[in-house]
Amino acid sequence: MNPEQDILQELPRRFAEAHIRPQATCDGLPTVWVAAARAHDVLRYLQAEADRPYRMLYDLTAIDERRRSHRADQPPGAFTVVYHLYSFERKADLRLKVALPGERPGVRTVTDLWPAANWYEREVWDMFGIAIEGHPRMARILMPPWWEGHPLRKEHPTRATEMGPFRMSAAKQAELEDRLEFRPEEWGLARQGADAEFMFMNMGPNHPGTHGVLRVALQLDGQRIVDLACDIGFHHRGAEKMGERQTWHTYIPYTDRIDYVGGVMNNFPYVLAVEQLAGIKAPDRAKVIRIMLAELFRIISHLVYYGTFCQDLGAMSPVFYMFTDRERALDVVAAITGARMHPGWFRIGGVAQDLPAGWERLVRDFLDYLPPRLDEYDRVVLRNRIFQDRTRGIGAISADEALAWGATGPLLRACGLAWDFRKQTPYGGYDQFDFEVPTGQQGDSYDRATVHVAEMRQSLRIIEQCLAHMPPGPYKAEHPLTTPPPRERMLHDIETMIDHFLGVSWGPVIPPGEAAVRVEAAKGCNSYYLISDGGASAYRTRIRTPSFAHLQMLPRLSRGLMIPDLIAILGSLDFVLADVDR
Amino acid sequence: MNPTLHQVLVVFGVLFGLFGVGALLTWAERRLLALWQDRYGPNRVGPFGLLQVVADMIKIFSKEDWIPPFADKPVFVLAPLVIMVATLLSFAVVPFAPNIEIANLNIGLLFFLAMSSLSVYGVALAGWASNSKYALLGSLRAVGQMLSYEVFMGLALMGVVAQAGSFGLRDIVLAQRGLWFGVPQFIGLGIFFIAGLAETRRIPFDLPEAESELVAGFHTEYSGMKFAMFFLGEYIAITLIAALTVTLFLGGWLGPWLPPLVWFLLKTFCLVGLFILIRATLPRLRYDQLLELGWKRMLPLALLNLIVTGAVILWRKGV
Repeated sequence: MNPEQDILQELPRRFAEAHIRPQATCDGLPTVWVAAARAHDVLRYLQAEADRPYRMLYDLTAIDERRRSHRADQPPGAFTVVYHLYSFERKADLRLKVALPGERPGVRTVTDLWPAANWYEREVWDMFGIAIEGHPRMARILMPPWWEGHPLRKEHPTRATEMGPFRMSAAKQAELEDRLEFRPEEWGLARQGADAEFMFMNMGPNHPGTHGVLRVALQLDGQRIVDLACDIGFHHRGAEKMGERQTWHTYIPYTDRIDYVGGVMNNFPYVLAVEQLAGIKAPDRAKVIRIMLAELFRIISHLVYYGTFCQDLGAMSPVFYMFTDRERALDVVAAITGARMHPGWFRIGGVAQDLPAGWERLVRDFLDYLPPRLDEYDRVVLRNRIFQDRTRGIGAISADEALAWGATGPLLRACGLAWDFRKQTPYGGYDQFDFEVPTGQQGDSYDRATVHVAEMRQSLRIIEQCLAHMPPGPYKAEHPLTTPPPRERMLHDIETMIDHFLGVSWGPVIPPGEAAVRVEAAKGCNSYYLISDGGASAYRTRIRTPSFAHLQMLPRLSRGLMIPDLIAILGSLDFVLADVDR
Repeated sequence: MNPTLHQVLVVFGVLFGLFGVGALLTWAERRLLALWQDRYGPNRVGPFGLLQVVADMIKIFSKEDWIPPFADKPVFVLAPLVIMVATLLSFAVVPFAPNIEIANLNIGLLFFLAMSSLSVYGVALAGWASNSKYALLGSLRAVGQMLSYEVFMGLALMGVVAQAGSFGLRDIVLAQRGLWFGVPQFIGLGIFFIAGLAETRRIPFDLPEAESELVAGFHTEYSGMKFAMFFLGEYIAITLIAALTVTLFLGGWLGPWLPPLVWFLLKTFCLVGLFILIRATLPRLRYDQLLELGWKRMLPLALLNLIVTGAVILWRKGV
């Protein structure tokens, strides 16, 4: 048994009465079931007392098990709450499941163990109606407060057309208008401090500095921020619910729109997870094409970040230069995939098509074009005295605290922890590439910017290697579940033709199982936790996005600073609201 | 020519000239910014997009003259006027050329400083009357910023006054026939220009209207014609600071070969271009950093400059 599994032996020894039971999953992550009564003790042990503890609550979600047929090997229960932990010392995940009986179950909060649990638990309540006992501020988070029902429960309709026509009566309108009135208590903010009455300022959901439909309620003492509360959910489209409606194949384009500046980077964890469920191994050429496109999109996403960050600080010009550069990268993407921002180019078992003739020249041109531009931006932006004064020491956080908040990606690396999952637990073929993991020291807004910039240079290095060593061979796996199957095969034999027909008209049937795959996306760790019940679509699709965890840190990062600092922090965090709200 | 007719012509010439310049600058700034930002800017309407100014004017004149219901109506209407009038009045003392000048006051410089203090009222009242938190924060910042930068703006000019021996702008220009004051008073020139940036609320000192923070700051609630007055007022204020920098430090209308007025305009528009270039280059300071820069760096420097200038003048006179 490999060392990352030893926790599976340790837990039952230590908590004999907690009915610890392992479960085998397609992704091979250690997964255990724990009795609800002892779950909090086990989690506390794992978080604090265990040797090489699990200091990050990577994800927290739930599953409505009531209509699932393939779960004979699992403890009975109507709902399951899933805690996904990560230990940096062990370099290992642990998935802890708690079975809950009954229609309206409840579970004890873990916000006392990980501050990151706060929003995740609110989401579990909002989406599943699982009550969280002892939560500091329980309220809906993604759905509006007047919503009836909990969308991810199986009885909740999937489409608006199943819900009957929408009517807005005068009484209802008046009620909704009344709810819009700002009452600080509802946001967990006090009206008065020890010696002053606070001013409350509403920022967003329509504001030039919030990067999208984010609403922030600021509790101000003069221009100083005492506290703040975020209101999210304006961009919620029910992406996870759609995963239960679309087939495995037709869900791919939906993933593009989660982190909408990340393009195919979103396809990556999804198709990897489906491939694990189906047991498909993508061929080498497909792997390298995926990595090349993913790194191009990392650059695209970072250029957007860089430009808008400068704009937030009042510098007008950089955003134009950087969007011009981004357009160059998008031209390469468009030549390869035919689309700019949302190519939806990855397929179960490979990519949609082979690279077009002449792609090398396009990629080469871009590799030659960008580095001198980045050097110029270093002079104009990073070494600009005003830029440094505005960002140094602003929104600083230590690596330990960042871990407790579930921070990943550039945000974590800016704190000095050289943690990149492409390096630590390589996926999709990244073990074959040579690159460095840039880090910062202070964990402040300035370091976050420098880490992003350095990462663009590393991505160029990876693309360079893709260009030099693009392997020949097929771009799709030879597997019955590859969707759609390789065209030559489909035109050649009737069996593949049938697979093609079923895969396109009905959707591929993925064998029952569970898999979660994590990738180091542009903004942090993005993972898809897919559960198949042996159908043409997922039984449950869980999308863990970096922006959600990062935005949750906003009050922690901005308390005691001024409004312009809040804008600098928002700019440096690198989030998009679609990635927060899904 | 009849002196009265000449005077009337000058007054109206300056007034309409300034409106024209202000309107043209809206176009020039957008084109110049676009040039420096690798894009086109307005280039569709008329030759080089010049008629964009007309199109914008038609749009702004035909907009509804809307006043928010929660605003303090009379003050809300008055505020943009204050800025406009104060800025325009300052031009009364600017000598454009030896014979083009509206009023030759012997305290011209003091008159300019007084007018620029008055325009603070416009900003403060606009934010107050809007009765909106963004506008209020914007105008609070504006008042703090403009008041503190005025202090050493005035001090920076005292070196020039000491050297010229007069507060009259015409005398100051004539005193630069040997050497422009920009050379001995280079510190004064630098400080005055920086203070001018702050007075006109331009990047990197545009905190009162910082878009990414305060939406539009003190003029968040303004639209249509009243917004246009703020907008035009800003461009005229830029021209004013540029014109005064030229008058006080860069020899005013003085220069060889070309007619005096051409020299004056040439120098002024080069400085306006510099304003725009700075806007294209720098990010924005934070409020406390701005005040720190003003009180801890600019003020001591301005005082030092004044003391050294005074000492040199006294030493030369052999006291």
